[in-house]
Amino acid sequence: MKISRFKLMASAALILTSGCANVKPWQRETLADYTMRADRNPIRLSQMQHIWFSREAANGGGGVGGGGCGCN
Amino acid sequence: MIMPHFKTKLFALAVPFALITGVVLQAQTALKVGERFPELGKFKFEGNLPAAMKGKIVLVDFWASWCGPCAESFPAMEALQLKYKDHLVILAVSVDTKPSALEKFLKKHPVSFAIVRDAEHKLVEAVGAEAMPTSFLLDGEGVVQFTHSGFNGEKTKKQYIEEIESLLKSKP
Repeated sequence: MKISRFKLMASAALILTSGCANVKPWQRETLADYTMRADRNPIRLSQMQHIWFSREAANGGGGVGGGGCGCN
Repeated sequence: MIMPHFKTKLFALAVPFALITGVVLQAQTALKVGERFPELGKFKFEGNLPAAMKGKIVLVDFWASWCGPCAESFPAMEALQLKYKDHLVILAVSVDTKPSALEKFLKKHPVSFAIVRDAEHKLVEAVGAEAMPTSFLLDGEGVVQFTHSGFNGEKTKKQYIEEIESLLKSKP
């Protein structure tokens, strides 16, 4: 099977410039920051919960365990 | 006539494969039990390494001020240091990017064991820590005997004690 040079280069480029990246455990400082928390603003949180409740007829389940840093 | 479609399908399959492979290739393997811990003298740290480590059991703990379980682990490690002060050396390696964050953390969680900062993240990268905190329990020869990923309170503390006791028993 003959693979064209373009496809080969495109595949290599995909591997090298892959948009997905592993955030290493020691790089999670920003993720653990308070500003990354979805529940940091109580007014906004209650608004979002109201929207969620009205739209989905469901409530809760929005909490995340831990500090967001993915520790443990 | 079928072949061109086959090639297109193959290429369409190759795209997600390439993306996944790209992510997997970036992943790093962690230091395993039985492997020698990297020579600490080869790395640059902020802070001083403990003076007498040779021949002692060493607990190298990688932590960060922004990591909740790390804060929980500090009193447990302090208790271990006091319990096994003649046989155990604890080296806590911070991966914090800001020294001020480390200092603030240490004011809140004062400890007597050695703290250094791996500012360039060279050591933590070399050992491939998989979580925060990650710790390696080394024997007197600097060989990894036990590893811990994360900290689960009393359960982990109990494991540390059992492991240290077993290393002390096997010590010549």
